[in-house]
Amino acid sequence: MGLLDAGITKHNMLVTSVDNVLNWARLSSLWPMGFGLACCAIEMMATNASNYDLERFGIFPRSSPRQSDLMIVAGTVTMKMAERVVRLYEQMPEPRYVLSMGSCSNCGGPYWEHGYHVLKGVDRIIPVDVYVPGCPPRPESLIGGLMKIQELIRMEQIGLSRADALKKLAEKSVDPRFIIERERTVVGA
Amino acid sequence: MEEGKVISQSLQESAAAYSIIHEKFGSAISALDANETMPFFEVVDTLQWTEIALFMRDHPKLKFNYMACLSGVDYPTEEKLGIICNFESLALFNHKLAVKVKCARDGGSIPSVACVWHTANWHEREAYDMFGMTFTGHPELRRILCPDDWEGYPLRKDYKVQDQYHGIKVPY
Repeated sequence: MGLLDAGITKHNMLVTSVDNVLNWARLSSLWPMGFGLACCAIEMMATNASNYDLERFGIFPRSSPRQSDLMIVAGTVTMKMAERVVRLYEQMPEPRYVLSMGSCSNCGGPYWEHGYHVLKGVDRIIPVDVYVPGCPPRPESLIGGLMKIQELIRMEQIGLSRADALKKLAEKSVDPRFIIERERTVVGA
Repeated sequence: MEEGKVISQSLQESAAAYSIIHEKFGSAISALDANETMPFFEVVDTLQWTEIALFMRDHPKLKFNYMACLSGVDYPTEEKLGIICNFESLALFNHKLAVKVKCARDGGSIPSVACVWHTANWHEREAYDMFGMTFTGHPELRRILCPDDWEGYPLRKDYKVQDQYHGIKVPY
């Protein structure tokens, strides 16, 4: 539930908790760092462009890690790049979020066995909040992952650790199969 | 050449180009393997490779002005490493030739042709990066794709990936 959905009275007064305001501000302007590593970056750029228009979520890429809240690891992380990724992550101010996009950055992807030069999962070097499967994931999947990050931010409270927020998110998550099945029967009928 | 076998115009021209090189360098190069795909010869006297390259580039009837590719090869059974270079003569002739140069697998070296075709500069660095042969006379022979402190040469047949790189686990 977005904050604006609560409705604003004639006096422009709104009573809510600090957590709500902070979370709303954070999730409505997630600025990812503008960098791509392989073919996933093409899908990421397509998602940023007008057809999928990430700016409607307040998401638009920044050119500096110091201005970014979110790191989208879009593509194959080579061993050579791994150290740079860590450095970029460390340069981001907190609170920061990491979305691992595509099979390569999730687990090494097609390079898992013979890719001597590929890091088998970016979670070996930085903590990952959301994994988006696919090779590469379609823009819809990436948007799904980004909305998962927004949900995660919604779970946050002052004094609550990231691990607890992730646990809360996992508990609150809905199995989409029922929704898909329901939609399918409606369409079929 | 087998009798009655029809050979293409470009192969004939390649064979003619080869005979010009053979006339000059004689036993320093092997016989021509006149296949239709990519006719090639091997440099037997490796030390003459740069000289042969210069001759191939500058001779008025050869003018191999284009190095299309330089690939490294590992021959573990022969205990050798090698390179294969593909040459063409853009806009001048239809002939094309591949040249093989081999060296010892351990500590072997091949003369660099980076001074003849600038294309060879990065290609030789890549061959060095992946196979580990050195190119004598190369202006800047260091790894080009792998990190500078990478252990081993990844495209060798007996390559074993390192367990750790800067504290990061490498195998799956």
